[in-house]
Amino acid sequence: MSGPVVASAFPSLLHGEHEQELRASVRRLLTDRAEWRSVLARTESDAPQDLATWQLLASQTGIAALPVPEELGGAGASWRETATVAEELGRSIAPVPFLGSAVLATAALLSAGETQLLAQLASGERTATLAVPLSTWPGSDRAWTVTASGSALTGTVTSVVDAREADVVLVPADGPDGPSLWAVEQFDVSPRTSLDMTRPLGDVTLTGATGRLVASGQAARTAVDDALTVGAAMLASEQLGLAEQCLDTTVAYVKTRFQFGRPIGSYQGLKHRLANLYVEVTRARAVARYAAACVAHGDPDTAVAVAVAASLCSDVAVLAAEECVQMHGGIGFTWEHPAHLWLKRAKADQIALGTPDRHQGTLAGLVELPVA
Amino acid sequence: MTATSTDVDSLLGRVQQLLDEHPPATTDRLEFLRAQYDAGLAWVHFPQGHGGLGLPRLQQLAVDEALRQAGAPTNNPRSIGIGLGMAAPTILAFGNEEQRTRWLRPLWTGEQVWCQLFSEPGAGSDLAALGTRAVREADGWIVNGQKVWTSMAHEADWGILVTRTDPDVPKHRGMTYFGCNMHDPGVEVRPLRQATGEAEFNEVFLTDVRIPDTDRIGEVGDGWRVATGTLMNERVAIGNASAPREGGMLGMVTQAWRDRPEARTPGLHADLMDLWVRAEGTRITGERLRQQMTAGQPGPEGSAAKLMFSDLNQALSGLLLEVLGEDGLAYDDWTMRRPTEVNFSGARSGYSYLRAKGNSIEGGTTEILLNIVAERVLGLPGEVRVDKDQPWKDLPR
Repeated sequence: MSGPVVASAFPSLLHGEHEQELRASVRRLLTDRAEWRSVLARTESDAPQDLATWQLLASQTGIAALPVPEELGGAGASWRETATVAEELGRSIAPVPFLGSAVLATAALLSAGETQLLAQLASGERTATLAVPLSTWPGSDRAWTVTASGSALTGTVTSVVDAREADVVLVPADGPDGPSLWAVEQFDVSPRTSLDMTRPLGDVTLTGATGRLVASGQAARTAVDDALTVGAAMLASEQLGLAEQCLDTTVAYVKTRFQFGRPIGSYQGLKHRLANLYVEVTRARAVARYAAACVAHGDPDTAVAVAVAASLCSDVAVLAAEECVQMHGGIGFTWEHPAHLWLKRAKADQIALGTPDRHQGTLAGLVELPVA
Repeated sequence: MTATSTDVDSLLGRVQQLLDEHPPATTDRLEFLRAQYDAGLAWVHFPQGHGGLGLPRLQQLAVDEALRQAGAPTNNPRSIGIGLGMAAPTILAFGNEEQRTRWLRPLWTGEQVWCQLFSEPGAGSDLAALGTRAVREADGWIVNGQKVWTSMAHEADWGILVTRTDPDVPKHRGMTYFGCNMHDPGVEVRPLRQATGEAEFNEVFLTDVRIPDTDRIGEVGDGWRVATGTLMNERVAIGNASAPREGGMLGMVTQAWRDRPEARTPGLHADLMDLWVRAEGTRITGERLRQQMTAGQPGPEGSAAKLMFSDLNQALSGLLLEVLGEDGLAYDDWTMRRPTEVNFSGARSGYSYLRAKGNSIEGGTTEILLNIVAERVLGLPGEVRVDKDQPWKDLPR
């Protein structure tokens, strides 16, 4: 038996000039509006999501419109550029509905060929999310917990990302007529207290609700799977940005923190761990870029690329956040340092859209390495 | 720098001219290689007159591919890797014009094989502590000392040699770099047998070796700077072409997995998939590095690449033995042999496992590379140094 076939030519794995410009403008805005102390303060307020910043990001930098074609009101860029934005949002952990609205819902609508809601999401005037538990992975049956009876939708979907402030939820439903995907505006959300304080979750309950049919049959299944696949790819870039932030912050800290008359970064016990982390982040950057490029161009290697990126970047972000806490010592364990926010995001992201182990299980099938 | 199609066309025109004037089918191998060198098609990034045309390095790929298709001979790059990868860039950067002319052509054609006389029994990671002495004489230098871990010394005609010329100054300042004629009667090469059973390396004893001053590379006392230049090239060595998925050691493990359903257990499968993902990530990292270099923005990823490689190679070769089960208990041959080319993975499972243990030692130990990444890439403070301002002769050893 031979191994899996792989596309012969690699796409560019570098950040292009326009991506660097986009990165700079997003970072400027986030530095101004989402400094970590204000992000932390917001987590304990009545408005855990920062919709004003989201609308500014959408109108000033166009980040919600990147993968949407120009004729549909979008920017006509691609998921590559969205991935660069995801890196910056991972760095800042700004509580904006990027993952739910600009990634999951947008990808599902693009796949289904819906255009009306898509344009509204692209402009940032409305937000939406995909009603699946955030722990759902591409190809999983767990996305289909709502029952459709005719056009009446009933069921509860737990741990939905960005649901509380969403104007619309896209609901995958199953029923006698097969799978279907609905845009629903009447729904109840009960907020959950989430491990990742900067990414609120909610349980969405539908009691005979009606909605607009977006896709049915295989098209609905494909739309949900496409959304989860794109989501895992974008999340890998978010994890990359988060890992870079943790590494940069920790490196800066160990240069200035003195113990026993030396900067603690001069001890091999720390510097070797940071060098290893740098190596892991380097690998994460390469695979996150590859997954984003594959998703952007519908590459036949997409499924493998996303499984690899999701698996590697999840663990690298957790490692980076854990090392960040440990190497900051006592201050890293307090509420008064951002490390705990990064740790919570990293650990939640590791579970979101599939654990590394789930992605490796998918990969085993794709590359013909059966478990038994 | 990106090649324009015009550049490549005119380059391929030169290749065609070489092929027309020296048809590979009817031309002696060495004659062809010398002609290729003189046409500037040996390494196009080298200067004109020294086997190159001063073009971007990656344009060599087009030349090599065209020559391969025409059935042209090669200089067996695997068997002269130290000369090509380390000696040549050093001679180009630090040698004089006479030395470049005398050494580079036979180096490239493989007529003269080079080895590296750097490490000593007392100077491994701390190369600058080396003690092989070179003493000035009227017409040159007299060298005495011992070198070790010298790959291919038994095949070599020349060695790049670092010596101590001034023991009274701190260690980094008193060194001088030479090309050493391995056929000098004072050079004795003894095989150094390693854990695999074969002797890929050697010990080299230097007893009253005479080196003319015309074989000195760089200034007297400037040997550390030249040696550092050589070592940079050792770590920059990165493949020109994209590696295939499941290439190298991973391919051996996945083949064993697919061939042996009886070996499959959940625990081994978890290990296998974890390593598959890391190997694929390493492959894509290598590709990203290649793209950065092509775009003229070399990144610090190079230092990370070697760390990834040695770590993976060791883990994969260890897993392979477990997947092979009973067959992993066997070893094909412990006979003392002297290989003629360096093979980092080999085709045999037990050999691969043992040979991979060298990967985290050779070319800079993992610990030294982690220091380099931490200090040069991340900018972390250096170790506390107790030897920096002491004369070399007063250092504890």
